Amino acid sequence: MEFFRIKRDIPFMSWGKYTTTISLLTFVVSVFFLFTKGLNLGVDFTGGTVMEVGYTQSADIGKVRNILIKLGMSDASVQNFGTSRDVMIRLPAKPDISSARLSETVIAALRQDDKTAEIRRVEFVGPQVGKELVENGALALLMVSLGIVAYLAVRFEWKFGVAGIIANLHDVVIILGFFAFFQWEFSLTVLAAILAILGYSVNESVVIFDRIRENFRKLRKAPVTQVIDNAITRTMSRTIITHGSTQMVVVSMLFFGGEALHYFALALTIGILFGIYSSVLVASPLLMLLGVSREDIVKPEKKKDEVEALP
Amino acid sequence: MNRYPLWKYLIIAISILLGLFYTLPNFYGESPAVQVSPLRTAAKADTALLQRVEEALKKANLVPSGMFLEEGGVKVRFSDTDAQIKARDTLQSVLGNGYMVALNLLPNSPQWLTSLGALPMYLGLDLRGGVHFMLQVDMHGALSKALDRYSADIRSSLREQKIPYIGLDKDSTRVIVKFRDPESRAKAEAEIKKTYADLSLREQNVGDEFHLAATLKPEAQKLMQDSAVQQNITTLRNRVNELGVAEPIIQQAGADRVVVQLPGVQDTAKAKDILGRTATLEVRMVDDERDLAAALRGQVPFGTELYYERGGGPLLVKKQVVLTGDRINDAQAGFDNNNQPAVHLNLDNNGARIFRQLTQENVGKRMAILLIEKNQAEVVTAPVIREEIGGGRVQISGRMTTEEARDVALLLRAGALAAPMDIIEERTVGPSLGADNISRGFDSTLFGFAAIAVFMSAYYLMFGFISVIALGVNLLLLVGLLSILQATLTLPGMAAIALTLGMAIDANVLINERIREELRNGVSPQAAITSGYERAFGTILDSNITTLIAGIALFAFGSGPVKGFAVVLCLGILTSMFSAVMVSRGMVNLVYGNRRKLERVSIGQVWKPASDRR
Repeated sequence: MEFFRIKRDIPFMSWGKYTTTISLLTFVVSVFFLFTKGLNLGVDFTGGTVMEVGYTQSADIGKVRNILIKLGMSDASVQNFGTSRDVMIRLPAKPDISSARLSETVIAALRQDDKTAEIRRVEFVGPQVGKELVENGALALLMVSLGIVAYLAVRFEWKFGVAGIIANLHDVVIILGFFAFFQWEFSLTVLAAILAILGYSVNESVVIFDRIRENFRKLRKAPVTQVIDNAITRTMSRTIITHGSTQMVVVSMLFFGGEALHYFALALTIGILFGIYSSVLVASPLLMLLGVSREDIVKPEKKKDEVEALP
Repeated sequence: MNRYPLWKYLIIAISILLGLFYTLPNFYGESPAVQVSPLRTAAKADTALLQRVEEALKKANLVPSGMFLEEGGVKVRFSDTDAQIKARDTLQSVLGNGYMVALNLLPNSPQWLTSLGALPMYLGLDLRGGVHFMLQVDMHGALSKALDRYSADIRSSLREQKIPYIGLDKDSTRVIVKFRDPESRAKAEAEIKKTYADLSLREQNVGDEFHLAATLKPEAQKLMQDSAVQQNITTLRNRVNELGVAEPIIQQAGADRVVVQLPGVQDTAKAKDILGRTATLEVRMVDDERDLAAALRGQVPFGTELYYERGGGPLLVKKQVVLTGDRINDAQAGFDNNNQPAVHLNLDNNGARIFRQLTQENVGKRMAILLIEKNQAEVVTAPVIREEIGGGRVQISGRMTTEEARDVALLLRAGALAAPMDIIEERTVGPSLGADNISRGFDSTLFGFAAIAVFMSAYYLMFGFISVIALGVNLLLLVGLLSILQATLTLPGMAAIALTLGMAIDANVLINERIREELRNGVSPQAAITSGYERAFGTILDSNITTLIAGIALFAFGSGPVKGFAVVLCLGILTSMFSAVMVSRGMVNLVYGNRRKLERVSIGQVWKPASDRR
């Protein structure tokens, strides 16, 4: 079996104008939704209480809502979670009430109505903890970006580092755009998924960059566009298969991982799909734009080649 | 020729064996158990205790499936949870107060594995069920409490030295002592300076009064805050012991925070209640001379507070605290002479001295014993002092139920919190959800692995199969490593296991594609294998390092479950480098390496373009 029977190098670079336009467009649209709709931040970041209550039969959402209103919590949101027997209750953070006791009050009231009600999960995050988690999350994103740029700059050249990180941050913004548009819950685990994707997608750029470097040495007379086209074409097969394999696992997580891993897997899916696109069609045109040339790569390595060729 | 030297094969074999060995305990599962451990250092976990437990269980007709003595306690294993709960209740009533009897889950792995240090992975609370609390110590509260103590102490030393003063005030940061003339202030200043090195003093003149303001020195304040956190941790530990939780985690997190994790706790309300309670005791004098009627109309005389005695009438109590709960050595619930429920207190030396002096000076007067909980004070009892009480034995009885007496004794015994604490984060996972999470994480990994295995074997044939085996070894090593390190496995951690499998296959895809490419260029199979592996390695290294950077940043800045994800991600990258490169190469060498005339290798169809470009 072999999926990719590519005869000639695909002229990716000549598509540069279109791909850059597409990228810019999706980027702008994502940013637009991020600003207009905003992220539906989970309790990890906003502070507040989330309770998951399990019943033995189908839960009556209306009834649960009424009980909560009677308790004076009219701002609570109640919805089914996973199955019809599970209910998720969200209570916003209130500065004046000790939220630690809130969940006890709620479950006691629910138990009074239906004895089978069972607490499956309670998450309470105080407002100041939420703020810290936001700060730490942003800091982690920054550190990962800087770390990757630094690594690529040392391993290749600064142009590669910049192109790589811009391409991948573009993915991050698009994932965030999806989360904003669909108002999916953005939790701590989703953030973890995004950072993991950042590391993972850069792999993709690294593999292509590796080839570009190799091609610069091998195809000495070819113009830069051909060097890059050839590098992308040659790694195409691997790119698709690798991402396909990772995607298989992520799909398995999406189907079998339950609600807890749902958005995590969703973020990974978007990240992987856009990761292919961006490392092929964003990173490389950017590299061109930054004016990468054979001298960037070959000159400092030349001596090494000679040394290796000696024995 | 592709051959590995013997030592490389040995490294592969040994690491696989080690991986197998340490992964093994995870397959045995767990069984319900009861853990008995002595609460006080005087009681020992020895064979006598083991015998007592054995006899008690025999009497109750409970047959344990295993019983053994360990450092710190006796563990009894049962085949089902019913027997486990019955056994807990039995043992609790037989052994009494001095022992902690807790429900636990024990791994079923055989003894020889355990004694060799092979333990199953340590499951986080989201997988085993339990409560996680983060508590913040209220430092202002700690400071205020410390100043309370100082003002009581200053008062008594001034009295002892017979230095006249007109009043003593306390605000949130300082204690102000008021004098009528500068001479007594100077005397007091010298005295306070001598006795309390931690206080810095400043003179102030307000009207015709001479004030002395005492504040806590910054370094003393820091020390006080540190010790407040430490004391709170000790108190929490005592209280958790009273709750009966196996393997609790109580540790400091940051300057003023404490993390408490109680695996397997079902009754979270009770846990929260016991942890958060700030019950302490205060002994103050009752002021019977002032106008109680005026106080009832709302004009409470200066320096006193209006309280209602439990089940009794109103009374005025002086603000001045004579004795606090810190001086209590031990508290036990019991009964008084009239067979009423009571709490028996045993004071420490200092407390006993203060109490004797107090009762000696105030015979015929009333004192009030206040129980302060959640910032609400209640007068439990206000007896008339009939005689001097020495020896530090105090009994409080006053319309309590037996249950109340027991709770008060527990809280007093476990010690008061040095400073109030707030729960700022709580994560509770019910045991059923924990079990669900395990099966979900397991299923995700299993089906993901299966899908990759099918695809790889179909696409790359023999090389694909070898890649799958290498991936299996990766999983084995990762689980083994997690078991050895006893790193906490969370649900995101399980997701990370699945994800690293998906990412790790990348290395093998890179290698296999490179080999195909070499073959396409007309290189001989043996040479293609060699250069395929060699050329792919640099790329694999680069691409893994970037993911590793992300993993490390996640570990550094992540908290709780995300940290679990990061740990697994980083370890998974390390094991995948080994398995994808070394193990798969070893297998390829075993299969193809020795064949002198290798015509073709089973790596799937290698398609060559009809017309060569170059």
